[in-house]
Amino acid sequence: MIELKDVHKSFGRVEVLKGITASVQKGEVVCIIGPSGSGKSTILRCINGLESYDRGEIGIEGLKVDRDAPSIVNIRTQVSMVFQRFNLFPHRTALENVIEGPLFVKKEPRAQAFERGRALLARVGLAEKADVHPPQLSGGQQQRVAIARALAMQPKAILFDEPTSALDPELVGEVLNVMQRLASEGMTMVIVTHEIAFAREVADRLIFMRDGVVVEEGPARQVIDNPQEAATRAFLSHFHRTGALPPATTAS
Amino acid sequence: MKGFWHDAADFFPILMNGVALTIVVTIGSLLLSTVLGLIWAMMRVSGIKVLSMLSASLINVIRGIPIIVLLFYLYFVMPDLGVTLSALQAAILGLGIAYSAYQAENFRAGIEAIDKGQIEAAQSIGMGWWLTMRRVVLPQAVRIVLPPYGNVMIMMLKDSSQASTITVAELALQGKLIASSTFKNTSVFTLVALMYLTMSIPLILLVRHFEKRAGKR
Ligand SMILES: Nc1ncnc2c1ncn2[C@@H]1O[C@H](COP(=O)(O)OP(=O)(O)OP(=O)(O)O)[C@@H](O)[C@H]1O
Ligand SMILES: [Mg+2]
Repeated sequence: MIELKDVHKSFGRVEVLKGITASVQKGEVVCIIGPSGSGKSTILRCINGLESYDRGEIGIEGLKVDRDAPSIVNIRTQVSMVFQRFNLFPHRTALENVIEGPLFVKKEPRAQAFERGRALLARVGLAEKADVHPPQLSGGQQQRVAIARALAMQPKAILFDEPTSALDPELVGEVLNVMQRLASEGMTMVIVTHEIAFAREVADRLIFMRDGVVVEEGPARQVIDNPQEAATRAFLSHFHRTGALPPATTAS
Repeated sequence: MKGFWHDAADFFPILMNGVALTIVVTIGSLLLSTVLGLIWAMMRVSGIKVLSMLSASLINVIRGIPIIVLLFYLYFVMPDLGVTLSALQAAILGLGIAYSAYQAENFRAGIEAIDKGQIEAAQSIGMGWWLTMRRVVLPQAVRIVLPPYGNVMIMMLKDSSQASTITVAELALQGKLIASSTFKNTSVFTLVALMYLTMSIPLILLVRHFEKRAGKR
């Protein structure tokens, strides 16, 4: 459902994506890993048009992603994004954050939006935080609200850009737990992450990137347990690859 | 001192007429400068080159002309071009335009202070430019913009006295008229100063309140 064909992107004279070809099937969970600066965030940002690309083509269910075309609004309502730093709207409550898109972009009836919003907050374990403003929430809670906000658009896919990197270690589990549940419910997800154990457990496929190219890709377990490329091996050697996911402190 | 209170009682009613006009001029030009300032600021941050350059040059032209010259132009020159304005209209228009430049810069600074991540989050749920402004950027920018906005209100209150140069009988001009017919300069201008101060103090307190609130986040 997401297709990238030979995508190139430069910032000034620095080429950040050097011909990325990849695809994500419906219901698939794809993790992207790689060292800092390899272009992982840039790929996600190109997919939902926060960034333009110079060459190649990105398609979402056959619709070409073009940041400057009116169709981009349509694409963004179908592909949601969860950011490393949450980017919740601080002047609105958790519930208002969640229903902002449904109410004002999708023009959903108020009663329905509120009802769905509350249900989504319950789904990420934050039913009782509906009327709290984001600055009063922990990082893990904020990120779960952000996931609910993404889900509220009823997207066909969700892009996650290092969703747990800004969290204290003890809060990582609750967010990964919510993501794992989404994955098991069949949500199409593209996740940039450094949580290798999570990727091994949850991802169907893994893409390893370095310096703007895909170095290796394949079934997550296979790539992590038995990397074929030297660069992948070198990168993975920095991580504990197996073991349990961080304990999921019951969501609240 | 006794003389002052006696004079004050005499002149107070006439000066209150001036106060009324001062308030009309201040509020009128405040509203106009706010609307114009918002338009210039929006053009500035629209990301459309023609608009942002147009707005930047407009702001510079406005800033480069003294208020008093702008007022003279509107009141004395516009009739030659077939547009006749009353003194009050010219005053509100002139002060409104003059201050729109400062308002615009203030608004722009407020808008640009909003974290880029906020705008990306808005875009990522499908919001267009205007919806992003209305629902995400402006409500957050208000907090940042309010303290300097309050200061502009105080400056406008005082600068409304420049309307006297085109015959608007606001507080300063009323004072001058009374003074030149009664020669009681001290009483009259002390009273005028006190009346301006009385109007400024609530605004000064308002600014303090805004500053406290903005500092909270
Ligand atoms: N807006 C920008 N302007 C200029 N250069 C940029 C911009 N955004 C990213 N870059 C550069 O592009 C390269 C790839 O950035 P990107 O954020 O995609 O990397 P990443 O793989 O997500 O890294 P990280 O793990 O640190 O998040 C980096 O060298 C970065 O400095
Ligand atoms: Mg990144």
